[in-house]
Amino acid sequence: MKFRLSRTRVPLLATSAVFALFYTGACMRYDGFFSWTVFVNLLHDNAFLGLAAIGMTFVILAGGIDLSVGALVGFTSTFIARLIAHQLHPLPAILIALVIGTGFGAGMGALIRFAALPPFLVTLAGMFFMRGLGFAVSLETIPIKHPFYEAISEFSLRVFPVTALLFLVALIAAVYVAHYTPFGRAVYAIGGNEQSALLMALPVGRAKVRVYALSGFCSALAGVTYTFYTSSGNATAGTMLELDAIAAVVIGGTLLSGGVGYVFGTLIGVLILGVIQTIITFEGTLSSWWTKIAIGLLLLGFILLQRFLQSSAGRGGLGVANPAMARP
Amino acid sequence: MSERLSTLMPARLRPLIWPLIALAALLLFNGLFTEGFARITIKDGHVYGSLVDILKLSSRVMLVSLGMTLVIATAGVDLSVGAVVAIAGSVAAKLIVQQQIGLPMALAATSGLCLVLGAWNGTLVGWLGVQPIVATLILMVAGRGIAQLLAGGQIITVESSGFSFIAGGHFLGLPFPVTMVALMLLLTVALTRGTALGLFIEAVGNNETAALFAGVNPRAVKMFAYAFTGLCSGMAGIIEASDIKAADANNAGLYLELDVILAVVIGGTPLNGGRFDLAGSLVGALIIQTLTTTIKMRGVPVEYTLVVKAVVVLVICLAQSPELRKLLLQRRASA
Repeated sequence: MKFRLSRTRVPLLATSAVFALFYTGACMRYDGFFSWTVFVNLLHDNAFLGLAAIGMTFVILAGGIDLSVGALVGFTSTFIARLIAHQLHPLPAILIALVIGTGFGAGMGALIRFAALPPFLVTLAGMFFMRGLGFAVSLETIPIKHPFYEAISEFSLRVFPVTALLFLVALIAAVYVAHYTPFGRAVYAIGGNEQSALLMALPVGRAKVRVYALSGFCSALAGVTYTFYTSSGNATAGTMLELDAIAAVVIGGTLLSGGVGYVFGTLIGVLILGVIQTIITFEGTLSSWWTKIAIGLLLLGFILLQRFLQSSAGRGGLGVANPAMARP
Repeated sequence: MSERLSTLMPARLRPLIWPLIALAALLLFNGLFTEGFARITIKDGHVYGSLVDILKLSSRVMLVSLGMTLVIATAGVDLSVGAVVAIAGSVAAKLIVQQQIGLPMALAATSGLCLVLGAWNGTLVGWLGVQPIVATLILMVAGRGIAQLLAGGQIITVESSGFSFIAGGHFLGLPFPVTMVALMLLLTVALTRGTALGLFIEAVGNNETAALFAGVNPRAVKMFAYAFTGLCSGMAGIIEASDIKAADANNAGLYLELDVILAVVIGGTPLNGGRFDLAGSLVGALIIQTLTTTIKMRGVPVEYTLVVKAVVVLVICLAQSPELRKLLLQRRASA
């Protein structure tokens, strides 16, 4: 079989190249950047972003969007902290939070499916709802003090702390789900063309609900990871996280119109965002707002690359209606 | 019942009926049960009271929703309005305080810059064919960074009576921002309903290819919609900076895009585009602000504001969803 560079892989390759460039560049410029500690910290610091971005990848692949992920992270973290503060064992607390997150996602999915409301609007309301609920649980940061929690937070497999492990395990599971299960195929089909997916007798409605449930689960898991990361819960945690997650997914080569992309690309996208942050920390003199400008520029570059690839593939001329983007 | 209602109403008002009912219900509830809500006092020829506050506080959302309505009517969306508000505040404050430029020139320059920022979105969406959500996401993320860069990471305070007048002054007894909204509404209506532009916008939103074949230039139409939204956001940014007499790049216009999009959708402009209702968007903005004021005045803990807002918005959207109505009717028919 001849190796062919498919158009869907070009963004992924470009993303990997950018990551390699940033990473080696930083390694050459800063002493001590090229070390396991820095790399593992990259995973550790961005684990909750990564988890939220994994869920977001599925939603975007199915042609939707989920704006509620950041709010769900904030809610989950305070909720768990509050439950533990009320003498509940962490394990059931985490389980309850995960069930709530999944159920909440499924609820939004059901609204999108049955009331045919735009995902943008439903998840926007979901974001307000969850953020408000988080504030209702507690306005202040609640520290988590429990021997079981301390044991988990300090647990690490060789060099990987528990946060990074959760992220990597979820990533492997997500790659499996996306590429080797009927659900994954349905997600790609819906994102590619919902009408065709319906005509192929794929369970479109069910898959839609499940996609949002999955994103809710991932966000709740991200919230759990956040509590491991900070040993506390805070309702403002994950503010604007949804934007970073969307940026990571897009930089990772997934088309926002749906149907094209790889879960693995999201990992690279998250790592790129992490490297930018780390570089700015290492540089010391650069202010944090440069992070946002850099992410914006990167987004621009990747979006233009995607447009170029799309138009050269003949899927609608430049600027003329693209069937995939005509309807949100 | 809705058919009978619609025969009673003039055709132009028909799409407005649901948002108006929602607003009337909210106001009625407050008038009856919230103490001091309907009280209006006149001091030094200026009108004060909760109702006036609602008008004033919703002016930013109303201004931006005028532009956003047009963008959404082209089947697009502009997420960058909050970031543009932050940039406008920083630029205006910097020009007035640090460059010592006269107020009219500073305001003109700020508005011009915001027009350019909007045109940048328009270029990405119209000429390069990037999806609106992504295209405007770029400016949303980078814009706030740019605003902080311009302000040097600090809050620039502005001590200028002329500048404070924009948000704090009164015209004809009402707060000045209300006049700005009225003027912009007139301008927008004149542009879209007085000329064929409104029709072009709806054509592009309905079916871009068909509009192209009918001789409409979708690129120019989109460019107009996004540039206009940039201008509206710039004005909102000036009002916000004038209101607190300072430019806060971190918090200015934070989450404004969400309120604005909700206002437009509640007002009856569908997110799929194809038709629009400017008056509806203003009613939507008033509903959101009335809701916020109600929650505050009734002593509901601030924490619940967002929850209540989410539920109300969802209920209004569900009430407008034709699919859900169909589903419920089917159930009833089969039962």
